[in-house]
Amino acid sequence: MTTLRLGYSRIGYEVKTYFRQGDSVFFTFLFPVVMLTIFSVAFSEQSFGPPGAEISAAAYYLPGMLAAGLLLSGLQNMAIDIAGEKGDGTLKRFAGTPLPVLSYFIGKIGQVFVTGILQAALLLLIARFVFQVDLPTEPGAWLTFAWVFVLGVTTAAILGIALSGLPRSGKSATAVIIPIVLVLQFISGVYLGFSQLPTWLQNIASVFPLKWMAQGMRSVFLPSDFEAVEPGGEWNLAGVAIVTAIWLVVGLIVTRVTFRWIRKDS
Amino acid sequence: MTTSAPVVSVRDLRKTYGGVTALDGVSFDIERGETFALLGPNGAGKSTTIEILEGYRDRTGGEATVLGVDPGKGGLDWKAKLGIVLQSSGESGNVTVREQLTHFAGYYPNPRSVDEVIAAVGLEDKQKTLIRKLSGGQRRRVDVALGIIGKPELLFLDEPTTGFDPEARRQFWELIARLKHEGTTILLTTHYLDEAAHLGDRAGVIAGGRLIDIGDIDELGGPDARVPVVRWRENGVPREERTTTPGAVVARLGEPDDLQVIRPSLEDIYLTLVSTGTPSEDAS
Repeated sequence: MTTLRLGYSRIGYEVKTYFRQGDSVFFTFLFPVVMLTIFSVAFSEQSFGPPGAEISAAAYYLPGMLAAGLLLSGLQNMAIDIAGEKGDGTLKRFAGTPLPVLSYFIGKIGQVFVTGILQAALLLLIARFVFQVDLPTEPGAWLTFAWVFVLGVTTAAILGIALSGLPRSGKSATAVIIPIVLVLQFISGVYLGFSQLPTWLQNIASVFPLKWMAQGMRSVFLPSDFEAVEPGGEWNLAGVAIVTAIWLVVGLIVTRVTFRWIRKDS
Repeated sequence: MTTSAPVVSVRDLRKTYGGVTALDGVSFDIERGETFALLGPNGAGKSTTIEILEGYRDRTGGEATVLGVDPGKGGLDWKAKLGIVLQSSGESGNVTVREQLTHFAGYYPNPRSVDEVIAAVGLEDKQKTLIRKLSGGQRRRVDVALGIIGKPELLFLDEPTTGFDPEARRQFWELIARLKHEGTTILLTTHYLDEAAHLGDRAGVIAGGRLIDIGDIDELGGPDARVPVVRWRENGVPREERTTTPGAVVARLGEPDDLQVIRPSLEDIYLTLVSTGTPSEDAS
């Protein structure tokens, strides 16, 4: 009970401090919004998709930006945040208090959920009201959106916690984590249309979860005419669920094995 | 219970870092309610000792118990009884003093009141300021406040007043005196001998990973180290004589130039101890 109560208390603390940290708000919270705006404006004269079913740039890029948002709010945010807290002594202080590690994780994942939901809402509102993107109306699509979002954001957050041990110091965290996130976004159908990538690159991207999260989002927001250009000619939501869930389990195991408040003899 | 077990008990504590010996057999006890100061030069092993007792480092050898528990295996209930003020902190500090203390108070089963702690560390005027906007000395007071918010039975203070101005140090001493009065057991490391003398009931001196002396502050170094020195000048040449009867020596000398009788200060005693680096007889 104490663990849950403190976890809840940590969520409030984490969300509050997140929005007071200007750089994380820009690079993880607003970044997909900025990118959606740039692509939508830059390619406003073009249309995307098969003949007869063309859509605007904003509509075409929206699912990818929602997926990128999951990765940024989850993985990038957590990995850099926790590496920083290791480096600046925050975790060392926690190590000397009766705060359970699980409560700390609840706080982190809760923060990712709150900021991820706000970020997705902001993307959808801008797409709908600034760029006049038609959003799905059938409940089934939103149900798919809900589970892809929840599974995706949880997996990204857990992988971020798992990766937070990779940078050797808080200062190097940005330099270590951002290239990983950036490369994944380029090969997973966020900035470049996935169907336009060579097959070998698609195969590499298919190992990682972002490709699947973006595919799940495309199944929600793109017209059914787009399904034919997907790998295998289908949205493959079962694949989305399975690959993302495998990464979730991998992240949980790595976190369980590697996470410590402090390295005792560093 | 007046004959309760020591709050901290250390026997033959050893620590090596990849072949380098940081602690080479340190033993001491701290009784309930006592304030114990660990003195010693930089790199002598003070922080290694305190971090082993806080559970931050594993020991290589020897025995240690803190509140009846092996500090290498202390759980959350054990941590709830400790207050830890680390040597340095560099957190981003995007919360106010009050927010931080209120949040940390929630970790402990029986915390002090936030208002009381803010007043005790003298940060009433800064309680709504973000911690990152505080000065170094003010941030240090927040560290101390976080160390005592949980009403600890045992408080670790690792060089708590580094960076304090003299007035802040005086206020801090008063705060520690109040905690002591309430029965808190305190383990303190410090560079400042006046601080050790003011706060400590007993002190241990560590040099080169060994405890070279331990005892009441006013008995450190043993009686020999406190023998006064008579200094004077004879035909332009400085002379001195260590004596337990300085009055007799002065009477014998009459009226020489630059006559002084000097009682070794705690600092003199400490410097002698550290420079010779050998355990005195009463440090077992």
